[in-house]
Amino acid sequence: MSNILSLGWIDYGVMMIYFVFVLGIGWALKRYMKSSSEFLEAGRSLPAWVTGLAFISANLGALEVIGMAASGAQYGLMTAHFYWIGAIAAMVFLALFMMPFYYGSKARSVPEYLKLRFDEKTRGLNAIAFALMTILASGISMYALAALMEKLLNWPFDVSVWVSAFIVLAYTYLGGLSSAIYNEVLQFFIIVIGLFPLVFLSLKDAGGWAGMTDTLNEVAVARGFEPGTWTSTWAHTGSAASNPMGVEWFGIIMGLGFVLSFGYWCTNFLVVQRAMAADSMNAARKTPLIGALPKMFIPFLVILPGMAAMALAAKGTLTLDLMPNGSPNYNSVITSMLGHYYPAGILGLGLTALLASFMSGMAGNVSAFNTVWTYDIYQSYIRPNQSDKHYLTVGQIATVAGVIVSIGAAYLARQFGNIMDFLQMVFSMVNAPLFAVLSLGMFWKRATGNAAFWGLLIGIGFALVHHGLTIPQGASPDEIIKGGWISVVHTYPSGMAQSFWTAIIAWCSATLVTVSMTFVTKQRKTDAELVGLVYSLTPRIVVEEAKWYNRPKVLAIIVGIITVALTIIFW
Amino acid sequence: MKLDIKIPIGLLFTIFGLALSIYGLATGGNTEMYAKSLGYNVNIWTGLVMLVFGIFMLLLARRDKKKA
Repeated sequence: MSNILSLGWIDYGVMMIYFVFVLGIGWALKRYMKSSSEFLEAGRSLPAWVTGLAFISANLGALEVIGMAASGAQYGLMTAHFYWIGAIAAMVFLALFMMPFYYGSKARSVPEYLKLRFDEKTRGLNAIAFALMTILASGISMYALAALMEKLLNWPFDVSVWVSAFIVLAYTYLGGLSSAIYNEVLQFFIIVIGLFPLVFLSLKDAGGWAGMTDTLNEVAVARGFEPGTWTSTWAHTGSAASNPMGVEWFGIIMGLGFVLSFGYWCTNFLVVQRAMAADSMNAARKTPLIGALPKMFIPFLVILPGMAAMALAAKGTLTLDLMPNGSPNYNSVITSMLGHYYPAGILGLGLTALLASFMSGMAGNVSAFNTVWTYDIYQSYIRPNQSDKHYLTVGQIATVAGVIVSIGAAYLARQFGNIMDFLQMVFSMVNAPLFAVLSLGMFWKRATGNAAFWGLLIGIGFALVHHGLTIPQGASPDEIIKGGWISVVHTYPSGMAQSFWTAIIAWCSATLVTVSMTFVTKQRKTDAELVGLVYSLTPRIVVEEAKWYNRPKVLAIIVGIITVALTIIFW
Repeated sequence: MKLDIKIPIGLLFTIFGLALSIYGLATGGNTEMYAKSLGYNVNIWTGLVMLVFGIFMLLLARRDKKKA
């Protein structure tokens, strides 16, 4: 690699101070870890602003910062769809409509909710799928971190993997979910402050918003698109061929905005767990809404630098790294720019921000994994009816095991280029059917356990088959991960389009199967058993908070207004 | 809350803020070094922002402790 960064003592110093704090938080929380609930659920004792920031920070991992900047360069401002349409609506829905059942049911995890609402096998299926998926996600974060450090600083890949794994393990082992959440809050602020100067400098260098738009218009025209394609969100989504993302408005709204987004934000225990750690029902409901407020503005932090990099590369100011096949390696956009604009001192801070984002991705996944493993797999199937102390120990062992397995996943992830596409694929297969089943379960008291189980399974099956039969343009069927491993019957304009449609098909098939099977199977749960789990059988929350800003509905309206305004401004 | 998270956040940013602004002051005359960041002394500016934020968090934590 040509441009290895050399770090000064000040840069190493900043990193070291950060690690001391990360481990220190774990250490300070250690003495509270007396029960499995403290360790795995943070004792349900955290205020809403802490869980709210952790809610988005757990998702603001490596994949987000690097992947979104990469997409910003590759696809332009359309990447903001992942936020404004692809997150906010689902977060509001989770807060207002789903949180009362998650939190109110006293379930300790999403799989446990499935057991209470449906049956044991539905829980088992989801728990196993979730456990595999989180470990994979954790491994990808670790891989991304190590690959980055190798390229930037010439640190050996193995050393980065093992050192980062050790630090994450240490603080999640010591302080459990509380430690993961506290560190996520810390990481949130570091990421924002550490990346902000990069946004400012790259945009300034690209000639401000107007100068950047001009250059990006030339880029768009050179690639056969209309000018403005890189700096708009909806304007060029009339057909899949008119934008570089290769998706049209219907795929965006149905695939990303509805299925993928609701599938991720409303069902993924990684984020839902943060809200469940809140200290009251009202705090749990406010969690996604408080998270949504900064979430709306994160595109400016992560997508703008990617767009600026594309403009700067077109002007010749910045050189993008190339992949072995000669195409630009968009995943290195953020790091190339850190090296280009950050002098010693703030360079350490920028790198710390990246390290922080990797670690929050890993720790978040590990802390969700150990909960599901302990409560939903071990306590349910391996050894039920043990003392709480026993399960606390199992939770701690699961933390160690989870980190070790994700190290394996990191090596597995090493061979794939666009890590975002890869994770999208996995998410769309598991989460979309889960969202179908959960929403039917929460709002339709008739939905049965057998129907839910087969809905989930067949939904995932259809997703797999769809993936096996389609391929994104330019990919070879030899790369199994890209699809087409059964036979190629359809070619999508992009991997993104393929994953949107995989999700749509998974959701539709899961919904169809669950609904139709419900009519031919018997509801084994009585109405009394479903109180608190299903909308029509649960008393409405009537207590109004005295202060307007503590009311979930008011917050939801504010979030909605800002999102609509942003969408119109950047149409 | 078990441990007021505002305290570690406040401490960390105060330390980061001091470190970067002092380093920025000390290297202020080095125009070659800051050519990278388009002539802005980003260390001082970012350092000051972090310092203010860190102290603000510590003050909030102290106020909450007094109330409790």
